[in-house]
Amino acid sequence: MSQHVVPFKIYAVIFATLLLLTLVTVDVATYNFGMMNIYIALAVATAKATLVILYFMHVRYAPALVGVFAAAGFVWLLLLLTFTLSDFITRGWIAGFMG
Amino acid sequence: MKRWGEPLADHTEAHALASHHKHQFETIEQQQETSTLGMWAFLVTEVLFFGGLFCAYTVYRYLYPHAFAAASHHLNYVIGAINTAVLIGSSMTMALAVRAAQLGNRRSQVVFLLLTIVLGSTFLGIKVVEYHDKFVHHLVPGPHFQFEGPYGREAQIFYSLYFAMTGMHAVHMIIGIGMLATLTVLAWRGRFSAEYFTPVELGGLYWHFVDIVWIYLFPLLYLIREGG
Repeated sequence: MSQHVVPFKIYAVIFATLLLLTLVTVDVATYNFGMMNIYIALAVATAKATLVILYFMHVRYAPALVGVFAAAGFVWLLLLLTFTLSDFITRGWIAGFMG
Repeated sequence: MKRWGEPLADHTEAHALASHHKHQFETIEQQQETSTLGMWAFLVTEVLFFGGLFCAYTVYRYLYPHAFAAASHHLNYVIGAINTAVLIGSSMTMALAVRAAQLGNRRSQVVFLLLTIVLGSTFLGIKVVEYHDKFVHHLVPGPHFQFEGPYGREAQIFYSLYFAMTGMHAVHMIIGIGMLATLTVLAWRGRFSAEYFTPVELGGLYWHFVDIVWIYLFPLLYLIREGG
């Protein structure tokens, strides 16, 4: 046996948590928190994705290098989003400044 | 560590015992970890592939927040939530299929792989019903697109992104189901054991990744609030 076998109980708990978080994200969307809604939705989605990556995808039990690879993908995605938004969000500022 | 030119007698003997162990790897564990790392390298490219779509979505949602909220209200979030649960369920059965493979349990491995195929197909079936509904209500971008209110043009951008993102996700699901069918046949024929089940493990990684994409798509497409 070369790999860590995750106990069934842990999978069951993760599965139940993922379903619960799905209900939470649906419920939260029925309230109007203004700008906060999108951040809450993204935070819940990221919590769910993290659980899937750590337990279903075994990153928690894998060599650290696998974790580095997984994190790298999301870091580069964040770079893409950050630099794109730093353009679009600041366009209005310059128009206001010039106008 | 073996040096070049040393006799490989004991090595080939071990090789005969574990035929899946390729000679360039010291141990079967090392081979397995290498495969896992390679699969993750592929999944990182997938993150960035979907990342382009998510980036386009972010830009247009930033530019047209009210139009996106109005357009999103035409999606049925109850159906979306049910489909999310179905897909999470399929990830659960996939994880259990990998676990059965680790334990060398052929029967439950086949059962869990089949269950994953059934849940994945259920997801796609529900998606077909949703797509059909969008065709009926003229919400498919193109010459027949109709949207009441002031946001007709921007709503079409939302639905272009909706079809591009869920469509690309569905293509990944279809490929995944084909992959699962292949794995089921191989598992049925007893090709995997507690010592060697790398294809099941890597197939699982792919399936869970597709699940993660949907975990983000669901709130971003179905649950948009006015002003959010």
